[in-house]
Amino acid sequence: MSDANLDIENLRELYRELILDHARNPRNFERMADATHSAEGINPLCGDKLKLYFRINAANIIDDAKFEGSGCAISTASASMLTEFVHGMDMNTALQYFELLQQRLTAPDSPVEHAPLDLGKLRAFEGVREYPSRIKCATLAWHALRSAVQCDDHPASTE
Amino acid sequence: MSMTDYRKDFPALHQEIQGHPLVYLDSAASAQAPSVVIDAVAEYQRCDHANVHRGVHTLSHRATEAFEGAREKVRSFINAAKSSEIIFTRGTTEAINLVAQSYLRPILKSGDQILITHLEHHSNIVPWQLVCELTGAELVVAPINDQGELKLDALYELMNDKVRLLAIGHVSNALGSINPIQDIIAEARKFNMAILVDGAQAVPHMSVDVQALDCDFYAFSGHKMFGPTGTGVLYGKHARLEAMPPWQGGGDMILEVSFTRTVYNDLPYKFEAGTPNISGAVGLGAAVDYITAIGAENIARYENQLLSYLSEQLATIDGLQLIGTAANKASVQSFVIDGIHPHDLGTILDHQGVAIRTGHHCAMPVMDFFAVPGTARASLALYNNRDDVDKLIAAIRIATELFAE
Ligand SMILES: Cc1ncc(COP(=O)(O)O)c(C=O)c1O
Repeated sequence: MSDANLDIENLRELYRELILDHARNPRNFERMADATHSAEGINPLCGDKLKLYFRINAANIIDDAKFEGSGCAISTASASMLTEFVHGMDMNTALQYFELLQQRLTAPDSPVEHAPLDLGKLRAFEGVREYPSRIKCATLAWHALRSAVQCDDHPASTE
Repeated sequence: MSMTDYRKDFPALHQEIQGHPLVYLDSAASAQAPSVVIDAVAEYQRCDHANVHRGVHTLSHRATEAFEGAREKVRSFINAAKSSEIIFTRGTTEAINLVAQSYLRPILKSGDQILITHLEHHSNIVPWQLVCELTGAELVVAPINDQGELKLDALYELMNDKVRLLAIGHVSNALGSINPIQDIIAEARKFNMAILVDGAQAVPHMSVDVQALDCDFYAFSGHKMFGPTGTGVLYGKHARLEAMPPWQGGGDMILEVSFTRTVYNDLPYKFEAGTPNISGAVGLGAAVDYITAIGAENIARYENQLLSYLSEQLATIDGLQLIGTAANKASVQSFVIDGIHPHDLGTILDHQGVAIRTGHHCAMPVMDFFAVPGTARASLALYNNRDDVDKLIAAIRIATELFAE
């Protein structure tokens, strides 16, 4: 394989097809007028700025999730996949997935806390591990989810 | 001798990143240091270190000589009239804050104006906002055009007797635009305003003569001109500096202290409270020697050719848009590529050993003007060559291939 091809192959570990697909065609990419919860996520390093909207019902189930804003491929794909992933999910479970994702990206060898949970499609982000400066991008939307449900008015920042 | 021969002087350039030879195109953020700078700092630490201006012993004498020797080198480098007009700071940012707090704040009143431009680095915006908040003065911003050039007519329109200070970058860090600073200062002199020039991006790339410019203050950083971090310079006209109160209090800036009265030291020590960054100043002096030996004009000529090559080559990439196309530019080319966020581009290039800066470059108003969240920016120094540009282009082509649908 030529060097260039090798580079592309390695980079595909980070930029997997699923991520590129969500980055190019973000799902649920619109404002939500009747959101019960919303929060901004800002990554000052690269200027990513996302706003996430959630409609959470009385039983604490996330009925709907949407987002808007601009960001790099990783943060956009992460937000897009988040909105699909948490749809119909109990809010506390969603927060546990955030912790699990965070752990898988930053300390993959530590014992798994939320053992019964399975990251599923979110595993696509595991390639980010090799790029410490990009972990913030992969978790930005999740930080925003957490501040939205905790009714924290301050924009979530990965700093 | 071709400029590329200077590459060998910079040890950091000779390493592999991710299995590729390093291509360093981020000198506008911070330049690499040549061995002569690294060695000068080490040699000083190894043999000559003691505190300055404080001891009768031999080492203190040597340290003082080295420190004041560096000041004299800097004076000559920017052709200041006196070495007492050279104040060592931590960098451009601290130099500008010194002027904001010590020169401007005491004289600024509600209704006064501070004039800056849309091109400024945050370091030449926020210190003025701070004094505006404290005094009720107004920050006025001169506009730019689509090429990233200052609109001179508009700038001149904004000059009047309410303006206490014009604070203007010599060269834009985000776009590389060179402002016609000499003409601008001449125009500003028709009014009673002081003039500060942010020269952080100018001194590594062109010769600067503060007397010919006739500015009141000129600020720059050591680390962008091949010197150590934590070093910088505020040049100020003697009469201006003399009239200003000290900014920080402490050792070295006093002649006599009692609990009722303190007599401040003479210039430049009045503005250098506490033990200074002595080894840093020594390194900065070595960087000045290095640049001077090559010749600022030679550097400018070489870099201009390389910058043209860089911009031309970038323009051959489909979907790439150059941001900042001023007629007169130095060292920097910003750009964006359709469908690839700058941050992703930065990661993909780093993977191939190519270091560029991505993001807002501490110039968010410039990004807002061009309606982009950030740009990718390749910046050149005298150690770059066409091979670096070619590798950058090849690496960008990989990014576009990876992101192609
Ligand atoms: C034009 C300009 N002004 C000011 C600064 C601030 O310099 P420093 O961070 O060294 O204080 C920079 C560097 O980023 C710059 O490019």
